[in-house]
Amino acid sequence: MLAASMALAMFASLVTYAVLAGADFGAGVWDLLSLGERSPAHRAALARAISPVWEANHVWLIFLIVLLFTCFPAAYAQASVALFWPLHFVLIGIVLRGAAFVFRAYDAPSAASHAAWSRVFGASSVVTPILLGMCLGAVSSGDVTVWAAPFPFATGILALSIDAYLAAIYLAWESDDVALQEDFRIRAVVVWWIGGAASVAALLLASTHAPHLWRGLTSFPAAALVAGGALLAPLSFAALWFRRYHAARILGAGQIVALLSGWAAAQWPYLIYPELTVTGAAAPASTLTLIAVTLPFGLAILLPSLWFLFAVFKAKTAK
Amino acid sequence: MSSLSAARAQMEVSLGFHMIFAAIGVAMPAMMLIAEWRWIRRGDADARRLAHVWAKFTAVTFAIGAVSGTALSFELGLLWPAFMAFAGPLIGPAFALEGYAFFIEAIFLGLYLYGWDRLSRWTHWWCGAAVAVSGALSAVLVLAANAWMQNPVGFEMGVDGKPAHVDAWAVFLNPAWPPMALHSTLAAYQAVGFAAAGIYAWTLWRTDRRDAYARTGLGIAMAIASIAAVIQPLAGDVLARRDYLHQPAKLAAMEGQFTTETRAPLRIGGWPDTDRAETRYAIEIPAALSFLAAHDPDAEVQGLDRFPRDQWPNVPANHFSFQIMVGAGTATLFAGAWYWLARWRRRRSDAALPWMLLAVLTACAPLGLIALEAGWVVTESGRQPWVIYRVMRTADAVTPIANVWGSLSMFSGVYAGLLVLLIVFARRLRASEAR
Repeated sequence: MLAASMALAMFASLVTYAVLAGADFGAGVWDLLSLGERSPAHRAALARAISPVWEANHVWLIFLIVLLFTCFPAAYAQASVALFWPLHFVLIGIVLRGAAFVFRAYDAPSAASHAAWSRVFGASSVVTPILLGMCLGAVSSGDVTVWAAPFPFATGILALSIDAYLAAIYLAWESDDVALQEDFRIRAVVVWWIGGAASVAALLLASTHAPHLWRGLTSFPAAALVAGGALLAPLSFAALWFRRYHAARILGAGQIVALLSGWAAAQWPYLIYPELTVTGAAAPASTLTLIAVTLPFGLAILLPSLWFLFAVFKAKTAK
Repeated sequence: MSSLSAARAQMEVSLGFHMIFAAIGVAMPAMMLIAEWRWIRRGDADARRLAHVWAKFTAVTFAIGAVSGTALSFELGLLWPAFMAFAGPLIGPAFALEGYAFFIEAIFLGLYLYGWDRLSRWTHWWCGAAVAVSGALSAVLVLAANAWMQNPVGFEMGVDGKPAHVDAWAVFLNPAWPPMALHSTLAAYQAVGFAAAGIYAWTLWRTDRRDAYARTGLGIAMAIASIAAVIQPLAGDVLARRDYLHQPAKLAAMEGQFTTETRAPLRIGGWPDTDRAETRYAIEIPAALSFLAAHDPDAEVQGLDRFPRDQWPNVPANHFSFQIMVGAGTATLFAGAWYWLARWRRRRSDAALPWMLLAVLTACAPLGLIALEAGWVVTESGRQPWVIYRVMRTADAVTPIANVWGSLSMFSGVYAGLLVLLIVFARRLRASEAR
């Protein structure tokens, strides 16, 4: 019971990370793909959007990892060995991305250095979510050591397209300039189809390459959650199409929550299939209790602070 | 290169790098707050400019500290999976609480850096206060994990090699924690304070000794640095006495004490010759080590001869690092005393500070950071060959992955490049200030 609630807390961190920090990665994707005469305006808009919040959003990943090694140390140790290289590449990506973003903002005296930092920021924003998605795919595939395989690759592309999709919707919603809004809208429309294709590919590959996950996804309750996500996807697309950005934003994020919930439900009760279950990898009760008891206090400080941050920087005043 | 050497080197590179940014993240917000306070209360325009420039610097260093800290939270397991499988439930609580503190730090730093025009002056200042407090708290909490590695508590060794009878709260009741937390957190203020002071001292010395802006910057940096430098020797003394009682092999390595003796001398400098088991060419102060360690000149100090050879730390590395730390710390303490004496003697006049003092303060700029890194080498290398003192050897914790030199090279390259860029950035920032 305690172990299950800690797994739920980890899952909540993962979802929050995906919906918030995922869009920050996506902004980097659009930074890289930004071309044409409005390119400086695109870069300025996305830098303005993520600057005050990206570090706070990033902490959800740290929180997730800390919960993992505290509450499920065996799973953390096993994943660390199995995913030694992809996780190292993720870390290099995270370090380069953060450094490039702040150096570009604060220390780019020439156009050339600005462009160089933009390329580093953009490239690491593309590579890192693919690798993170691949790691998640490998965890579910049945052999966590095989991360360079078709199924993890499909989940990697899926993660990247989700991030790019969310970023484009959020940016369209936040832009006050109609031309910029349209640019981000078109990007979201295009990447919606890529994301859709990646989802179908991942699902089909799961049936052969991740049979346990496939069995989970095709039975209750995961199937219902995935179906919910499949229902939300065209709705968020429609909202986007008709320029209802506020609705598109909520539906888009909801779609990701449904997808991840489906994955988690199909994965249950395993953390790493087939070796480690939630209860099998759980830390001693004393540790789980400490984390469970301190969690409400931590959230009581954290959530109002987060609300304040987003209220100051993300409130839409003139809409 | 063996996986063990490569993994240790990667941990050293990663922590040594992260530590600089962590220290800046702890101390810089405190300096920003003093400057902003002066601006709000006294309308001091120079102080406002200082707060802005320091905020810019903090924006860059905090980001690099955050991402390199993320890397560490993964590297703990990537490099030492057996250690984390064992210790995760025991030190994890410290990291979890640190996680909340770090969250608060990141949230309010975002508000501080981008909220100059969106928040009222005092709201803005209080956001900065939240950053300063949570930054220090993060450091204190993460040190609980390190203190646990020095003095593992809250479990018994189970028959299956896993910890049994785990008491997760024990990490916060560990007597090794408070002195370490105090000593290391003070080191952050001391290191960053003296580094910043050195930059402004250099401006005063080389350009204009009456420059009010640089004088304000120097004053704030020296205030933070000096308070830390004064308390630091006391905190260090408490820590060394803990080592005397609980980690005698570390103390022996620090002091180059090969043979157990009463009236042990304090050795300044010298070369610890491990083959001959003696420290040569040191200046020896008779009975001083016994006095410092036990507050009794006749006390016995255990030498390395009490420990099997395979349980010795790297004695020369430990002894040299310790000498460097104490030497650098003491030098900054004297420089600080001279600065405040000079200020006090000029309390009624507007006379400039003597150039010799400014030159000395400039020379002291790197000493605090050097002491910080050296002190960390002392405590970590002094724990070797154990990753968990007397419970798990570092060699038994290392990853089974073969080519760790590959990830070591990646991290070394990236971090070396970022350090160079940071120095370039700091220089450009200073040049823009001068304009």
